[in-house]
Amino acid sequence: MTTYQGIFDKSTVRFLAVLIAIAAAVPLLNTLDSSNPLHVSTYTMTLMGKYLCYALLAVAVDLVWGYLGILSLGHAAFFALGGYAMGMYLMRQIGDRGVYGDPLLPDFMVFLNWQELPWFWNGFDQFWYAALMIVLVPGLLAFVFGWLAFRSRVTGVYLSIITQALTYALLLAFFRNEMGFGGNNGLTDFKDILGFDLQANATRVALYIASAVALGLSYIACRFVVTSRLGRVAMAIRDAESRTRFIGYKVENVKLFIFVMSAVLAGIAGALYVPQVGIINPSEFSPLNSIELVVWVALGGRATLYGAVVGAVAVNYAKTYLTAALPEVWLFTLGAMFVLVTLFLPKGVMGILQRKSPANSSGSDDDTPKPELPQDGVKA
Amino acid sequence: MIARVLWSFLLLACALTTHAATLEQGLEQLKSKDFSHIEQGIATIAASGDDNAELILNLLLNGEIYRHKKSNELVTIQGKEDKQLIIVNLFDDSGDSAQTVSKRKIKKVRINNKLRASLKSAIASLKLNSNDPVLRLEAVNQLIGKLNPVLYQTLLERQQTESDDRVKSLIDVALAVTDLNSQDSDKASQINAIELLSESLQPAARNALQQFVDETDNASLKFKANKGLRSIDERRKWAGHAETLFFGLSLGSVLVLAAIGLAITFGVMGVINMAHGELIMLGAYTTYVVQLLMPNNIALSILVSIPAAFLVSAIAGIMIERGVIRFLYGRPLETLLATFGISLILQQAVRSVFSPLNRSVATPEFMSGVIEINPVLSLTLNRLYIIAFCLIVFALLFMLLRYTRLGIEVRAVAQNRAMARAMGVRSEWVDAMTFGLGSGIAGVAGVALSQLTNVGPNLGQAYIIDSFMVVVFGGVGNLWGTLVAGLSLGVANKIMEPWAGAVLAKILVLVFIILFIQKRPRGLFPQKGRSAEG
Repeated sequence: MTTYQGIFDKSTVRFLAVLIAIAAAVPLLNTLDSSNPLHVSTYTMTLMGKYLCYALLAVAVDLVWGYLGILSLGHAAFFALGGYAMGMYLMRQIGDRGVYGDPLLPDFMVFLNWQELPWFWNGFDQFWYAALMIVLVPGLLAFVFGWLAFRSRVTGVYLSIITQALTYALLLAFFRNEMGFGGNNGLTDFKDILGFDLQANATRVALYIASAVALGLSYIACRFVVTSRLGRVAMAIRDAESRTRFIGYKVENVKLFIFVMSAVLAGIAGALYVPQVGIINPSEFSPLNSIELVVWVALGGRATLYGAVVGAVAVNYAKTYLTAALPEVWLFTLGAMFVLVTLFLPKGVMGILQRKSPANSSGSDDDTPKPELPQDGVKA
Repeated sequence: MIARVLWSFLLLACALTTHAATLEQGLEQLKSKDFSHIEQGIATIAASGDDNAELILNLLLNGEIYRHKKSNELVTIQGKEDKQLIIVNLFDDSGDSAQTVSKRKIKKVRINNKLRASLKSAIASLKLNSNDPVLRLEAVNQLIGKLNPVLYQTLLERQQTESDDRVKSLIDVALAVTDLNSQDSDKASQINAIELLSESLQPAARNALQQFVDETDNASLKFKANKGLRSIDERRKWAGHAETLFFGLSLGSVLVLAAIGLAITFGVMGVINMAHGELIMLGAYTTYVVQLLMPNNIALSILVSIPAAFLVSAIAGIMIERGVIRFLYGRPLETLLATFGISLILQQAVRSVFSPLNRSVATPEFMSGVIEINPVLSLTLNRLYIIAFCLIVFALLFMLLRYTRLGIEVRAVAQNRAMARAMGVRSEWVDAMTFGLGSGIAGVAGVALSQLTNVGPNLGQAYIIDSFMVVVFGGVGNLWGTLVAGLSLGVANKIMEPWAGAVLAKILVLVFIILFIQKRPRGLFPQKGRSAEG
């Protein structure tokens, strides 16, 4: 049974406290005079906002991987779709201030000599419609994909590979100019959001806080799900899918629900990410991105939720630092991280911390997947 | 026939006038300012049979022959010195006649469009006597539709002695085109010509027929020509299909080569090796390095590369297996992540060692060129070699798994590890060898890929998803499935390409496989029997 105490256990309360503290402190420190040593520049704040979006994405991946045992190698696709929905809204907000000054068509369409707005761009001038699409498009794709895959009982590595194929197909599709999403260059040059200037400090603060709030609320929602009966069934599926099915649970429905929820969270993360970085292009779909975010979760520790957040922030901080300071070293580091984490830290960094204080174990105690033979992956 | 006889009479007349023509006479005529004299000169030179005739006509066509005003000698410009020109007499190889003159002292031998046309056909008719069939073919091609009586007769004679079949059939076309369009031809010879042209697949034959249909008033001839056009189009369509099939098979062979190593590591061992693409890349870079070591013998370097790439990738693979994968057996998702990490490290390592830029690997001579089946269907040799190479690799691998001790042990471990160990099979050693074998094949695939694309750090990434698709589509643990799946995906891709475009075709294939796996999760050829239940 879901209880108030169940959702807000010690680790969740601690996490939320830290999140609220950071969410409140950074904008405050941002208002300080720039000569003050405690001053946080707007650049740093936006960077942290970006990390918060990544953290939300990592939580979404942890939900399906840590609690349901599905290793999705295509979650960046949902992130990017949410981002594109937001990007389309921001494009329509530009109005006639584009380079070509067309009141209706975005610059790239004028450039391609398009005469009218494609039908799927209609409605994106309204924020509510864009917000709906941010949730709906990734959710619908996850629903259709999951409905087909789970009903056919495609599991394990096969599922991982076809999720990767999915994001790869989307990558190729969005690269095409004919798709009407700006092709190679994607969507960029945004001006306003809801009438506020995107470059303005206040807007950036608002976006940062929105990211933090979205992360906090999503975290609570995920906690709600994983501590509920549904969450327990999900974990049962992760540990012994066939047995759960034989007991009488509708395995497909549980999987589908959690998969779609995770995709929606990823879409929201993408939507908050785009106005902060100012661009969305097809490279967000690249299979590498999806796999990279899996290592965030693996590093932080699966099936803890907060581990995913810690992993996302840590890896991305390392990425920001290394790609600037030692660009040659970054891929070596990332690669070594993959190898070392899987070999030596099956429970991630949080696993080590948990071992020191056993009383604090809130997630699943045994998240080492059962040994399974490869042929187990697919059952006809 | 009557037309041909008429032509030959005309020729006789021409031959009489140019009898005993020599190169010198022709050259004298070039000095004239009168275009008609120059035209005669061209004809004289062409008919002289002199070895230098073709050279002179070419020079004239390019406007490189000048007349020295003072000495009235024909000269060419050899170089420049300040504002003066160094000129040299024609046929002076020693350069004794070289002298420096100002621009105004010489005058270009001018030609007009009409002369240009007759120069071209004169050169072509000279080329007809070349020893190289390719040059002769080119010459006849140039002459089609531009035959004058003399050339007609030359071609007629040439046709009797021509040894090369392609040239011979092209000459037939050239003669038929003239017969068809000539004013003097009677209906019978025109019908003959139409029939002959309808048999030919030469683009010129079809053009001539089309033109004839557009211009002629004779209904029965028009009917015949139309029929001929249809039959040509029909055969061209088939040639198009054959070409698509060929392209598809060659693309499919590349896919099979890339995937077949994966079929072993993934299919037989159940290991998800995301670094497979990078092992292909290592093979390609090995080819590049071997070629750097022996730049003078490209053909040999490719042959050396095959075992070298096999060894390099196999050793890398065995190191990956011993160092990482063996700790992760039975945990496929972890294996996937760890090997992905290795692929990133390998990519960056190559980038650091060889620079991130693409390297190009030279293609040996025996692999470049085309085989012309008929005028509308020619097969490029390098693709043909790739198909053959793929089949050889497949056959060797198949025999290795089927008939050698290692193959038997590999299959035994794949089917039932515990039982195999009980029978005395060293399963750890078999694992390492199997992984080495699969990785080595990836290296060999890299040699093939280096002949098709540039070699770069991202080479492997481009193929990893395709390779997985092929293995999964074909049915895991089944080499035949991989072969069939790879070839059919290649052909499907090429069939869709003309109307969907390359990228959309690829997307459609991906979507098809995603849907196919939902329907038949075990692929085209699922494993049967107890081992499949796992």
